[in-house]
Amino acid sequence: MLDVQKIRKDFPILNRTVNGKPLIYFDNAATSQTPQQVIDVIVDYYSNFNANIHRGVHSLSQEATDAYEQARIKIQNHFNAKESHEIIFTSGTTHSINLVANGFSSLLKKGDEIIVSALEHHSNIVPWQMLCERTGASLKVIPMNENGELILSDYDALLNENTKLVFVNHISNALGTINPIEYIIEKAHAVGAAVLVDGAQSCPHIKPDVQALDVDFYVCSAHKLCGPTGVGMLYGKEAWLNKLPPYQGGGEMIAEVSFEKTTYAGLPHKFEAGTPNICGGIAFGAAIDYMNNIGFENIAKYEQELLDYGSEQLQQIEGLKIYGTAKEKTSVISFNVGTIHPYDIGTILDKMGIAVRTGHHCAQPIMDFYKIPGTIRASFMFYNTKEEIDAFIVALKKAIMMLS
Amino acid sequence: MTIEEVQNEIIDEFSMFEDWEERYQYMIDLGKDLPLIEEKYKTEDNIIKGCQSKVWVHANMDEEKVNFTADSDAIITKGIIAILIRVFSNQHPKDILEANTDFIDQIGLKEHLSPTRANGLVSMIKQLKMYAIAYQTQLN
Repeated sequence: MLDVQKIRKDFPILNRTVNGKPLIYFDNAATSQTPQQVIDVIVDYYSNFNANIHRGVHSLSQEATDAYEQARIKIQNHFNAKESHEIIFTSGTTHSINLVANGFSSLLKKGDEIIVSALEHHSNIVPWQMLCERTGASLKVIPMNENGELILSDYDALLNENTKLVFVNHISNALGTINPIEYIIEKAHAVGAAVLVDGAQSCPHIKPDVQALDVDFYVCSAHKLCGPTGVGMLYGKEAWLNKLPPYQGGGEMIAEVSFEKTTYAGLPHKFEAGTPNICGGIAFGAAIDYMNNIGFENIAKYEQELLDYGSEQLQQIEGLKIYGTAKEKTSVISFNVGTIHPYDIGTILDKMGIAVRTGHHCAQPIMDFYKIPGTIRASFMFYNTKEEIDAFIVALKKAIMMLS
Repeated sequence: MTIEEVQNEIIDEFSMFEDWEERYQYMIDLGKDLPLIEEKYKTEDNIIKGCQSKVWVHANMDEEKVNFTADSDAIITKGIIAILIRVFSNQHPKDILEANTDFIDQIGLKEHLSPTRANGLVSMIKQLKMYAIAYQTQLN
């Protein structure tokens, strides 16, 4: 059982007011809030052992290196990677995706095919378009149905011996759909294609087992699961990471350098050029500890209750339409009310202290599918409550009244 | 009326409102009353970039006075632009260029002035002034 009142005390920001009203934070799919336990780790790092890592002989550097590498092991254990060097620290999901897309530039040729899903965030579309431009490979799209679910028979039909890569998010940021990645991975492997799963939206709700999934690459950002911004990770199978060339040159990623030739360091350092976000990496580890202490099963169960309750309450509002009604979905509700512009509702809700997302959610192809300019998106985390949903419904009704 | 006189008149109107609700309700009503731009001017070229909602602005000059018409798909944005048009329409381009927009702060809409805010009030003001620059150049 999850004690939400106790959990809320961990998040100092939940005590603040916005426009004179208690903050109700429903923009968790954009970024999650940070618990005191993670904030303490950040303060402790800069107060007590800030130093550059991996190359210092002094104690401080050793302590910082140990903490950073321990965080890598925490992440490895969390995602059940076989080796800790299969976890690459990056600046976040977008960086991770670009690292892989760039690496594949030298592995693809004209005639090769890449598959993405219709549910992708721009960050999982644009790097692949750029990759196709560089290599002459072509981009295919798995279409979605009205509920926001991928049409798997169409996916099956897209796969062939030219398919080299498949990219799909685990959970759609705009609609909350949980994609059947097990099926997608199995089918891709059957034709010899590699699969990258974008876990930006899933990592706060699901604990993926990368070995059981047999996924080739899995990426996520720390800030979506109660960690700081500017840090994330790329999991890649060792064999794939060895095949990909380095992404950025710099310090840390080399074995030996001369003006004639440079040899690269082994994993994970090959992909970690320059001084990394050391504090961020350590805090990422602390965030994973925090989430695991609450327990992902407890989180999933509680968030499902919030989703069911929120959906039920919203559906009672006349003229309200929910976009994304997949059978398997997470605590994200995207909706519009009549012809009212999402921006107008978001603005009025903000005046009442409620933070939601409005717009196209960096997923314009989904908005084009539904022929709408955008939606209002309320996304819940385990620290939200049914009482907050009630207050949100009252505020929403008021906004609708003002705007009609 | 000069730009400053119009601004003062708007400040007076807004001073009657006691809270944000009344202010926003008024803006929403202004938005509904906004003289609509002619359909033929709702082109890609006339869209102001930097707004989360779509905003179209068209300008013309008649006897050295610039007139603006506009539309938006969001009603609050329309309200904001209705206020701007009331201030800047039927004015000499030089006066438009020289006018400041401090009155927005004084009517309690300061939050919309932030350059990072997605509604693009700053972009709207910039666009109106761009038209004024263009017409001023014609007059020189």
